[in-house]
Amino acid sequence: MGALDLANKLIAQFGAALSAPAEFRGEITLVLNDAERIAEVCQCAKTSLGFDYLVDITSIDGYGEDPRWTIMYHLYGYGHRAYLRLKTHVSEEKSELPTVTTVWRTADWHEREIYDMMGIRFRGHPDLRRILMWEGYPYFPLRKDFPLAGKQSAMPDIAFSDRAPLEGGPFVTTPGGKDTIAREPRVRVPETESLATNARLERRQDVKDIHERPEHHSKP
Amino acid sequence: MSTPVQNLEFREPAARAAAAAEELEDLHGQKMVLNMGPSHPSTHGVLRIVLELDGEIITKAVPDVGYLHRGDEKIAENMTYTQFIPYTDRLDYLAPLANNVAYALAVEKLLGIDKELPPRCQFIRVVCCELARISSHLLGLGALALDVGALTVFMHTFTEREKIYNLCESLTGARFTTSYTRIGGLARDLPPGWVEQCRKFLEEVVLNFDETENLLTRNRIFVDRTQDVGVLPKEKAIDYGISGPNLRGSGVDFDLRKAHPYLVYDQMKFDVPVGSKGDCYDRYLVRMEEMRQSVRIVRQCLDMLPGGPINVDDGKVLMPAKQKVLTRMEELIHHFIMVTQGINAPPGEIYFGAENPKGELGFYICSRGGGTPYRLKIRAPSFVNLSVLPDLLPGHMISDIVAILGSIDFVMGECDR
Repeated sequence: MGALDLANKLIAQFGAALSAPAEFRGEITLVLNDAERIAEVCQCAKTSLGFDYLVDITSIDGYGEDPRWTIMYHLYGYGHRAYLRLKTHVSEEKSELPTVTTVWRTADWHEREIYDMMGIRFRGHPDLRRILMWEGYPYFPLRKDFPLAGKQSAMPDIAFSDRAPLEGGPFVTTPGGKDTIAREPRVRVPETESLATNARLERRQDVKDIHERPEHHSKP
Repeated sequence: MSTPVQNLEFREPAARAAAAAEELEDLHGQKMVLNMGPSHPSTHGVLRIVLELDGEIITKAVPDVGYLHRGDEKIAENMTYTQFIPYTDRLDYLAPLANNVAYALAVEKLLGIDKELPPRCQFIRVVCCELARISSHLLGLGALALDVGALTVFMHTFTEREKIYNLCESLTGARFTTSYTRIGGLARDLPPGWVEQCRKFLEEVVLNFDETENLLTRNRIFVDRTQDVGVLPKEKAIDYGISGPNLRGSGVDFDLRKAHPYLVYDQMKFDVPVGSKGDCYDRYLVRMEEMRQSVRIVRQCLDMLPGGPINVDDGKVLMPAKQKVLTRMEELIHHFIMVTQGINAPPGEIYFGAENPKGELGFYICSRGGGTPYRLKIRAPSFVNLSVLPDLLPGHMISDIVAILGSIDFVMGECDR
């Protein structure tokens, strides 16, 4: 059975909650309107349609759009050997959706990574902690409004807390801007905004105090 | 002066037994927390595991990853598709060639040119993937043997890996960070005499496999250390999303090269080894056989290697030849666009998974048009394979950890990205 047939079966089950299947480069994508039902849809895909392998969960930050977050689930079935992509949207105010760790246990680390990188919470996750960044890190680095160079972090115990020296990079222009200045990556709005935030942060006295403490500098 | 006998206190047998039971209770009741890593030799990089121990038995294991996080996905959003190729070397740095190929294929799928690749390019890419697999498995097995006490095997396998590095060097100019593929082709063609060098290597490496097998497969100590240790049943492996040799070791007959053939894998004759029990020994056997199958595939590729171009003929995907840029208008324009904007990819999203030495390496690319991806997600097999540790380790002894970690064969560069 092909991916399209399976997708139609899933639509038959959930009706208007799922969009019509979209195809691009031979891959089928379904959009779920209500993120609250994701666990239910996934459970049905696994038990009645044989999608026993959750390949990956990914999130996208559509900065400046509403709803801001898109969450992707890549499903695969060892029996029928077909891929299916499920997609759902979550608004920035909510930033929360049900976990699918109850369906596939591999979702555990994927959801922790999304929480760590973008700050989207998964309700019912058994252990929603940061996974790649350290415990207590204040930002969500894969958000579009987080600058590539990083932000100065006000943690005294971290050895490398300064912004990375980018020497003016990245050097890639984006097509479609009205003139060359608008296309220049260094003037992209999120980047500028976050640089301003950094500048504000640097002026803050409490942050300065931490960085000027003698033990902070004497660290090897 | 010794104490007079009459001053010693003799307790009743019943009281003595009660005291002994209380002491034993104390021993059982106390659990110790032991930190392993991030710079422990058997963690092959910077994996940290916090262990809770009851005596020498593990009762709880909490892996802590991220010590090598460099933000590759963030970096990818800020550069062109071609500029990201060197970063893929640094994912699974034991098999950079395979990563290069997987990434190039993902972008080519997005561009819709994956079916137009010249045959010579496809065959050379398969050779690259399989050499990377041999190299990675040689290291994985050597390190597994080293960790459970067989130092000699490590020396044997490293001798052969050195030869693969020499082949890489003459092919790509670099031993380690190869960056060999380009979107729509390869950085350069095979150098003169490379095919013969490669054939000579294949002759030698097979002898090395035999030696390694003689040293390990029926070695009493190695078998005792690995058999029935770290048993990962089939259902659990699927539930945890395990892929690659670890999945096949658990008895799932699945290989992306067979199930969804890319490049010219559909023309190759090779077998997929599958384990029965899912213990460390099965994973070892699967890797051993996979290397032999890789040798088979490379031999077929070298026999069938066609001539012709190695790159797609499209100035909007690949840099034009330099002499043409200096003399012709159209090529100059293409060159300029490629350097300043990169490949203009269509809007859309794709996922491509390749069977890499460590498992399924997938790239999800979301494009909104233009030269940079809007979002690039790396589905790293080591990351997913390590997530089973809290389930796999409890109940084992501390000394079994090194066998289990060695047999899972992960790379932190890929896990942390």
